[in-house]
Parts: sequence; C-alpha cells; structure tokens
Amino acid sequence: MSETGDRVKKIVIEHLGVEAEKVTEDASFIDDLGADSLDIVELVMAFEEEFGVEIPDDAAEKISTVNDAIEYIDSHKG
Amino acid sequence: MFDLTGMTALVTGASGGIGSAIARGLAGHGARLALSGSNEAKLAEFAATLEGDHVTLACNLSDGAAVDALVPRAVEALGGLDILVNNAGITRDNLAMRMKDDEWSDVLRVNLEAAFRLCRAAAKPMMKARFGRMISITSVVGATGNPGQANYAASKAGLVGMSKALAAELASRNITVNCVAPGFIASAMTEVLPEGQKTALLSRIPAGKLGEGDDVAAAVVYLASRESGYVTGQTLHVNGGMAML
Repeated sequence: MSETGDRVKKIVIEHLGVEAEKVTEDASFIDDLGADSLDIVELVMAFEEEFGVEIPDDAAEKISTVNDAIEYIDSHKG
Repeated sequence: MFDLTGMTALVTGASGGIGSAIARGLAGHGARLALSGSNEAKLAEFAATLEGDHVTLACNLSDGAAVDALVPRAVEALGGLDILVNNAGITRDNLAMRMKDDEWSDVLRVNLEAAFRLCRAAAKPMMKARFGRMISITSVVGATGNPGQANYAASKAGLVGMSKALAAELASRNITVNCVAPGFIASAMTEVLPEGQKTALLSRIPAGKLGEGDDVAAAVVYLASRESGYVTGQTLHVNGGMAML
C-alpha cells in the first residue's frame, strides 16, 4: 500500500477495532469490516482530520471500500 | 450531588429566567460555560453575576448560518463541548385560525430548527470524545397541547421526537439525548397575571405552587451528569404533577 494507504489503514484499524490483515484495499467497510453507517461518518471525519481534506457528503456516500477512501484522498489532498 | 467539574457546556437562551437558572446550576456544579443569547447587553449583565469560568457568545437563533457557527465557536472558546442545553425558545401565540405563516415559521425556526442545527454540530465533538449530553428544554404543552399555541406546542413536541431519534443514533457513542419539560414556572410573565387567572392556574397544579427555575435546573444538572449515562431518549417532566405522563 501507498503512504496514504498505510495511514488510512491505521485509522480504520483503530476506529473499527478490526485485525490488520482484514483491512485489504478492496475490503468493504460495511460488508467486510462490520462498520455501521455511524462508523462511516466517523471514519470520514477522521480522514478529513488526518489528511486535511474536506470530504463532502455526496463524495462520502460513494466511499464504501478502503481503496475508495485512498483514491479520494490521493486525488484531493493538497 | 453531581459533579460536573472539568465538563464544558453551551446553554442557549442563557439570560432568560429558566436559562439563567440552568446556567447557575451547571456552573454551581463545576461546569465551564458558553452562554448564548440574542440580547448581548442582557447576556453580559447576567454573565457578570455568574461565578465560575464562562464566556458569552451572542447568537441570533433565527439565522441558520449563525446557528451553525455557534457550536464551533463554543468548542474553540471552551476547548471542547460535553453538554449542549437547547433552552432558547420564543412564543408567538395566536388561535390557529388566525395564526400567520410567519408566526408559525418563526417559532419552528428558533425552537426546533436551531436546536437541530446545534445538535447536529455538537454530535461531531461529542462523537470524537465518546461522551456527550444533549438536553432540550421542552414544555408540558408539547405533551398536552394548549389553545393559542399550535406553533409552540408543535415545536416542543418536535424536540421530543428529534431527541428520541438522535438518542437512538448516538447511544453507542456514549452520547445521551434527553428533554426536560417544565410546567408552569414562576417568571416575569407569570408575575403579571391577574389574581383570578393565577388562582385558576394553581388549581390545576397538585403541588399547589408554580415551579422555580431552579427546579428545572436540577433536572438539567442530573441529565448532564455522568451518573445519568444510561438514561437516553427520555423526557423528564418538572411540573408539580399538573400532567403525569
């Protein structure tokens, strides 16, 4: 994983309390990692803080896998 | 009884009768406060009489953008936000058949929409902190209805439904969302009632007296405390028994 990927993965592991090996790039937050909709809101908040990006609601709705998050952050961070 | 030391609170309508009692109650139990109100002079006057650590943040609750900025301002001033008390409320009483559109919408905007905006904003720091207390001051008339107050009763009943939905959404994050519903509380408004009306009013209250701001404040302090953590989505009625719900 890229540097962004490592940081995203760390946040996901911390917030969802899941094992590191489960957090693959194509893991779905809800289907594979047991997140609920409130967890997603929190993850998005944590990504915004970590990377200094703003993730608007319509973009946040499309982030469903670890890779979705990494791609969005990589293409929007300053 | 309850220790709020180290906790931070935002109280809207803080210079009013009930609001100032709530602010004194929270401050008296050790919380640091952000006092909000629409009348800057009145707010400063009240703040000068209040002991403990506090700031004043003037805000017009009918201005959506100003309301959205209030929680971030409080978080910045206090370094966090543990307790939100939606106390501010207005009345524009009229019989429903005569009620103007703006009498309806002004009351809903200040009493209900502003409270929602503040809860929405407060959820963010509270979720991060894994702790929060949202308390909205409703009214007995939100549960019982009252002629001439279709707008006010709707706004107060609306707060109850909103609080239950938020309580369900946020319970897993250790954030509780509750309401306190005062009955008739002694205030400048009730003092000027003619004697006949006062007697009629009291005859409806088993306790035989009007409530005090401090009675409401005590309920708020409890719901703000760490000890009330398993109580959420509830309305605590403080009305001397005039409506047992």
